[in-house]
Amino acid sequence: MSPFKGVDYFNIEALLSEEEKMVRDSVRNFVDDQILPIIEKNYQNGTFPAELVQKLAELGVFGITLPEKYGCANMNNVAYGLAMQELERGDSGVRSFASVQSSLVMYPIFEFGSEEQKDFWLPKLAAGEKIGCFGLTEPDFGSNPGGMVTKAKKVADGYLLNGAKMWITNGTIADIAVVWAKLEGKVRGFLVEKGTKGFSAPEMKGKHSLRASITSELILQDVVIPEENILPKTDGLKSALMCLNQARYGIAWGVVGSMMAVYDSALNYAQSRVQFSKPIAAYQMTQEKLVFILNEITKAQLLNFHLAKLKDNNEIKHYHISLAKRNNCEKALEAARIAREILGANGILDEYPIMRHSANLESVKTYEGTHEMHTLIIGEHITGFAGYD
Amino acid sequence: MKIIVCVSHVPDTATKINLGADGKSIDNNGVTFVVNPYDEYAIEEALKTKESLGEGEVIAISVGPEVNKETIKKALAMGVDRGILLKDENPRDSLAVAKALADEIKQEGAELVFFGKQSVDYDNSVVGQMTAELLGFNSVSVVVDFKLDGTNIVAEREIEGGREVVETSLPAIITAQKGLNEPRYASLKGIMAAKKKPIDEKPAAEAKSYVEVVEMKRPAPKAAGKIVGSDASAVPELVRLLREEAKVI
Ligand SMILES: Cc1cc2nc3c(=O)[nH]c(=O)nc-3n(C[C@H](O)[C@H](O)[C@H](O)COP(=O)(O)OP(=O)(O)OC[C@H]3O[C@@H](n4cnc5c(N)ncnc54)[C@H](O)[C@@H]3O)c2cc1C
Repeated sequence: MSPFKGVDYFNIEALLSEEEKMVRDSVRNFVDDQILPIIEKNYQNGTFPAELVQKLAELGVFGITLPEKYGCANMNNVAYGLAMQELERGDSGVRSFASVQSSLVMYPIFEFGSEEQKDFWLPKLAAGEKIGCFGLTEPDFGSNPGGMVTKAKKVADGYLLNGAKMWITNGTIADIAVVWAKLEGKVRGFLVEKGTKGFSAPEMKGKHSLRASITSELILQDVVIPEENILPKTDGLKSALMCLNQARYGIAWGVVGSMMAVYDSALNYAQSRVQFSKPIAAYQMTQEKLVFILNEITKAQLLNFHLAKLKDNNEIKHYHISLAKRNNCEKALEAARIAREILGANGILDEYPIMRHSANLESVKTYEGTHEMHTLIIGEHITGFAGYD
Repeated sequence: MKIIVCVSHVPDTATKINLGADGKSIDNNGVTFVVNPYDEYAIEEALKTKESLGEGEVIAISVGPEVNKETIKKALAMGVDRGILLKDENPRDSLAVAKALADEIKQEGAELVFFGKQSVDYDNSVVGQMTAELLGFNSVSVVVDFKLDGTNIVAEREIEGGREVVETSLPAIITAQKGLNEPRYASLKGIMAAKKKPIDEKPAAEAKSYVEVVEMKRPAPKAAGKIVGSDASAVPELVRLLREEAKVI
């Protein structure tokens, strides 16, 4: 198979700087050489390819936009988005790993942490020496995290944490968990280290989606963490939501990678699969399907590119990100299902990436705010009425 | 130690090439250019050598038009310290390229130079060796293993059906073959660092080209195949055709 050349119907290439193109190409080559050859096996076995962590760190995809002094690249949001796009062309699980490490662990430490926390954790997280996770969702509080019951209490030697988190990406393998808990009724962020007494992170089994990513529970039973492990600048649920905005931004770009993967696969297949007298690509209904996917890729690319500019100029609002996350995830999932149809029975085989992407995208559409929640966020913004309480 | 790596900017082997209007060149429209793949092994080996010595400087040099800077930048992003573009907007033959490189290598005073074993555009596979000859350097081509100990070199080169071990010494030119190493990816930090690294630009030393491209042609389209049969009974007829018609056995 010839190396992946990208999907660029509108010459978006022309909008990219030389560095941005280099980032895209470097991550693209990495995905071809390091991820695609091993991902199906990991997916089938339900294992996370841990050997990639060090390599991803060397490539520099953790904390892309953070300063050099922490070992990061200090790049703009176009580069960050392109890196997520390319990684997700490989697999949403690998992109999820990078998103969590960067947007949900490094970002909150950078944004809400003390100087000591930043100096200690950020270089190790950037170098992949330490792995992080982000614990917000609870068994009874998903779309409504503000209702969380995990509690923190000030005690003589620090904070006492009690509660449980669920659906936590990287939980079992994480050295450090960013745990959100209520302290005197207000949501705050805390750093809980692996091995702390009373803290465990068993893996959740039985997923049919994101199988190459680890998802865990976090159990906190009378866990005492030192005083200096609170993220001092966290101030209510909005701090957690700021982290989600970073990650959602990356997802909006990431799923375009999934769309490109399924489009590339379906187009190649359609051109060579002959039924009746012609390749199936010659039939109008197949063409309509391919055009639909290409059309959605192109729209999402332009949307993302402008979103990046808004973010770089600090003009971005959370509802902009909601619109992009909502649209792109929904269209990516539709694209994957349509691409599967083009391949007929072959579409369900692991020889092609489509079914894996399709199953992954079910999670991606749900986490970081479901489709419905993003509808409600935008709906509230445009009407002035909150559709939820 | 100062180490030089010579890099060329070539059409991606996966792009479809169209002929230019003059019938002597390719039409660059819509063609993606990349670092010559064999040069990536050369860059990696230069960087590895510097790293194992714990000191030194790696310089990437390219002869050609302004756009070759893209390839130099890629080398800088991989970790090369600085670049030199020996500028010439007109095409040169291999010897004229080698002369420009030899001239610059002499000025830089470098004693170890890496090349790719060939450039995948014209596939002449000679620039490294010609440069060595012009400079009076030792040269080892098609290298798959390289060791430097002081000024002594032990290199393994690929030959028909096996490998040959060559011992030589600095000053030397090494041309890299696939398998020499695993070229690193340009990391995001490397790409940012490259923005601050200098690329020196100067005219390539004057040199006459002795080889002129007179015409470029597409290979003749393949004739349709012939299916002689689908089971063992077709073998005698197949053998007859291979012998009498195709004259290959
Ligand atoms: C693979 C995976 C990894 C994850 N990783 C993490 C992680 O690392 N950290 C973390 O904190 N969380 C993580 N999550 C959790 C994820 O963010 C939640 O699943 C998500 O927020 C939705 O919560 P829920 O599953 O409890 O669904 P619910 O909130 O119970 O929603 C169920 C359905 O009801 C709808 N709904 C809810 N409220 C309303 C309303 N008011 N109006 C209309 N519809 C509504 C939802 O849209 C959805 O369709 C992960 C999830 C998955 C699947």
